[in-house]
Amino acid sequence: MKQYIIRRLLLIVPMLIGISFIMFIIMHLAPGDPTAIKYGLNSEVSETAKLSFDKMYALDKPILVQYGMWMKRFFSMDFGISFVDGQPVMSKILSRLPATLLLQLVSLFMIFCIAIPIGMISAMKRNSLFDRVTTILVFIGYAMPGFWFALLLVYLFGFRLNWFPISGMSPWYSEYLNTFDKLKDLIWHLVLPVTATVAGSLAALSMYTRSSMIEIMSETYVLTAKAKGLTDKRVMSAHIFRNALLPIVTIAGLTLPGLISGSFIFETIFAWPGMGRLGYEAIMSYDYPVVMGVGVIAVFLTLIGIFLSDVFYAVVDPRIRVDG
Amino acid sequence: MLKLRNNFVSFRKKSLFQIAAFLFISMFSASYCEGEEWVSRDAYVYSGASDARILIPFFADDATSSSICSLIYNGLIKVDKNLNIIGDLAEGWKIADDGINITFYLRKDVFWHDGEPFTSKDVKFTFEKILDPQTVCPYISNYSDIKSIEIIDAYTIKFSYSKAYAPAILKFGMGIVPCHLFEQLKDIRGSKYARSPIGTGAYVFSEWKSGQYILLNANPDYYEHIPGIKRYVYKIVPDQSVQFLELVTGEVSSMNLNPYQFLYRSDTKRFKENINKYKYLAHAYTYIGYNQQDPFFKDKKVRQALSLAINKREIIDAVLLGLGEPCTGPFLPGTPYYDFTVSGYEYNPEKAKTLLNEAGWKDSDKDGVLEKNGVKFCVRIATNQGTQVREDVAVIVQSQWAKIGVKTEVQVVAWSAFLDQFVSKKNFQAVILGWTIPLDPDLFAVWHSQSIGENGLNFVSYVNKKVDELIELGRGELNPLKRQKIYRQIHKYLNEDAPYTFLFNPYALEAVQKRFKGIDPAPAGIGYNFIDWCVPENEVRYKFD
Repeated sequence: MKQYIIRRLLLIVPMLIGISFIMFIIMHLAPGDPTAIKYGLNSEVSETAKLSFDKMYALDKPILVQYGMWMKRFFSMDFGISFVDGQPVMSKILSRLPATLLLQLVSLFMIFCIAIPIGMISAMKRNSLFDRVTTILVFIGYAMPGFWFALLLVYLFGFRLNWFPISGMSPWYSEYLNTFDKLKDLIWHLVLPVTATVAGSLAALSMYTRSSMIEIMSETYVLTAKAKGLTDKRVMSAHIFRNALLPIVTIAGLTLPGLISGSFIFETIFAWPGMGRLGYEAIMSYDYPVVMGVGVIAVFLTLIGIFLSDVFYAVVDPRIRVDG
Repeated sequence: MLKLRNNFVSFRKKSLFQIAAFLFISMFSASYCEGEEWVSRDAYVYSGASDARILIPFFADDATSSSICSLIYNGLIKVDKNLNIIGDLAEGWKIADDGINITFYLRKDVFWHDGEPFTSKDVKFTFEKILDPQTVCPYISNYSDIKSIEIIDAYTIKFSYSKAYAPAILKFGMGIVPCHLFEQLKDIRGSKYARSPIGTGAYVFSEWKSGQYILLNANPDYYEHIPGIKRYVYKIVPDQSVQFLELVTGEVSSMNLNPYQFLYRSDTKRFKENINKYKYLAHAYTYIGYNQQDPFFKDKKVRQALSLAINKREIIDAVLLGLGEPCTGPFLPGTPYYDFTVSGYEYNPEKAKTLLNEAGWKDSDKDGVLEKNGVKFCVRIATNQGTQVREDVAVIVQSQWAKIGVKTEVQVVAWSAFLDQFVSKKNFQAVILGWTIPLDPDLFAVWHSQSIGENGLNFVSYVNKKVDELIELGRGELNPLKRQKIYRQIHKYLNEDAPYTFLFNPYALEAVQKRFKGIDPAPAGIGYNFIDWCVPENEVRYKFD
C-alpha cells in the first residue's frame, strides 16, 4: 500500500510537467499576442514602446526558451509576473482564492447535505411521490441555463424583494462594521450565489446516490443481512450505505479542482471576486503567466483529486486494495 | 439610510502653512450647496466592469486605471469644460524660441499625500523616468522630442525640445509622481505604490480590494478646495444588467448606460425619481476602413461611391437607437479642427451607381451584382467579435451596399485573431472599427504614410503626399489659428479621398443619482468638475460623522 501511494505520487510530477508543456504550447499557438491585445490599436503607444514591452517579458524569445524560463521559475515556486498589471501571479491568485474557496466549499457542503439524503430517500421509496417530485426538480435545476437562473435570483430576491444584496462579497463600507456584522453580511452575500451553484449541481450527485443505492439494495448480501434478522436501520447503515458510498467518493475527489477554479458565469453575475473571473480575464488578455499559474494549479489539484479518490477507494473498498 | 460608525481615518498632521493655505482657499471659494465654505460628505459609488490594473499614471494603459489616477494625481496642465488647456500643478508656462523651450511655473501650495511639498524635482523625475528605456513606459514616444530638462528653481522648470512639437503642452497632462518616494525604487511597476499610490490629487488612496472595489478619501488639503464628496468608491460589477439594478436600488451612484437602458429601461417611476441621465458626444467615432492596396478599393471613385451608398442615419437609428451623430472626419465635432463645411457623403445611391459605372463597374448580366472585366464586386467586410454595435453596423452596411449591386460577406473575428491575422498583416478588404479621438489633433500615427509599415496604425495604407506634409506642418505649428487651418484642410482631403467612410460619433450616456448636485455637462463630459459636486445635507446617504 505504501509503495502504491509513493508510486502514484511520483507519477504526478511527469504528468504535471507534460500537461504544463502542452498548455504552454497551445496558449502560444492561439493567434495574437499580449502586446497586441494591450496596445494593438492605441495611437499613443509607438512601435518601439511595444517592442520594449515584448523584450521586458521575453516575448521576443523562441517559445521553447520561454517555456524553459517558465519551468525554471516554476521549480522555485515562482509563477512570474502578470503582463497586465505587473503583479506577481502568486499574489494575484492568493488574493482571489479565498473568495472562490468560500463559495465553493459552502456550495459543496450544501450539495452533499441535500443531494445524498434526496438520493437515499428516493431509492428507499422508489416511485413514491417524493421520488418523482425531487427527480423532476433536480433535473429542472440541472437543465436550466445557470446564467439565466442566476439573473432571475438577482432580479427577484435582490432587486424586487430586496431580501439579499444584488452583488459583491463584502461592501465597501465593511471597515465600519464590527466582526459580527461582517460575518452576517458575508452570509447574506453568499445566499444567492450558493443557491445558483447548488441548484445546477444537485442532479448528478442525487441521481448517482439513488441509482447506486437501488443497485446495492438488490444485491444478495443485502437479502442475507435481512434474512439474518438485522433491523432495517442496521442493514441500511452497515451494508447498503457503505457500499453505495463508493461512487460518491470518486465524485468528491473530482470536485477538488472545481473548488479553486470557480465559476466564471456566477462570479460575473454576482460580482464575486474569485478565480473564475481571474482565469477568464487572463485568457482574454493573453496574460500568459496568469493563465499558466491558474492552469497548473487546477491541473495539480485534478491530479491530486484523482490520486486521493483512488487511495480513498482502496481504504473504503478492501476488494481493490493493491498488495505490495 | 445607512449611518456608519465614527472611525473615519484621520489625516496627516498639517503644517501651519498648509492650514493657512487651506483656510485661504476655503474663504474664497463658494460652495454650490450652501453658499458657505466647502464641506465634504457622502460617498459616490461609480460602477464599472473591469478592475484597475496599476495606479501609476505613466503605466496606466486602461480606462479604469487612468480615470482613478486622475483623481489621485495631477498633471502640470489639464483641460477645462470646453477642452481648453489650463494650468493644474503649473500656474502658468512660457513657450519660447519657436516652441523649442517651454518653461513651467509651478504652484507653491501643493503637497504630496504624505505631507512632503511638491517641487520641480518631482516633475523632472517623472519625465526622466518616462524617457528612460528601462522603465518601459508605453507613452515614451509622446516625449521623445524632449532634449533636456532643467530645474531653474524649486518651482520653475524648463523643457528643451529638439524641434517644435505642437502637441507638447497637452502631453504635460501626464500625472506627476513623487520623486522622494520613487527615487530609491529599482522597479516602480512592481513596487507597493502601484497598488497604494501617493499623489497630489483631490483624493487620497485608501483601499483596493482586488476584483471588488477601490476606495478613495477626499484630500482635505487639496490645493483647490476639499472635494464636496467625501469618499469615492469604484465598485467592480462585471455584468452591465446587474450594474443597472444596483443603480436603481441606489447601491451604485453612477454608471454608463447603453442606448437601450438610456431610452427604455429608465422609464420607470423609481428611476425617474432618483436618477438623472446625461448625454454628450463621446470622443470617438466608428468607421468603415478600405484597404487601399486591395484592387477593389484602389480607385477613389469606388470608395466615394461606397460612402454615398451608406445611409448613416439609418445605421445610427438601428444600432444606437438614434443616440449618435453622423460624422465626416477624424476630429471631434465642436472642436476647432472639425470643419463643418465638409458635407461628407449624403446618402445618394443613384450617384453612387453613376460613380461606379464611371469606374467601370456595370451589371451586364443583370444578376444584381456589378462586374468589371468579368470580376464580380464581392467583398468581405470584417469586424471584431464582442462589439455588438460593429457587428450590427456590418449587417446594415451589407444590405445598403446590396442596393447598389455590391455583394458583401460579413466576417466577425475574435479580437486577438482580428488584430493578428487581419489588421497587422493588412490582410483584409474592408473593416469596421472605431477610434477614440485624442485631445490633440495630430494625425501622424493613423494617417501619415510613414505609419503604414507592419503593425502601423495606417493599416488601410492611405497615402496622400499633401496630407503627409500637412500633418508634419501641424505637428510643428504653434499658432492655434494656423493649426486650425491645417487640420481643417486635412479634413477636406480625407473627405475627398474617402479612405474611410466616417460613420458616426456615439453619445456617451451616463446616469447619476439625483442627490449629487453641481453636475454641469460640457464638451469635456461631466467628470471634469467632480470636486465641485456635492450632496445637500438632508439627502446624504452615507454619513461618516
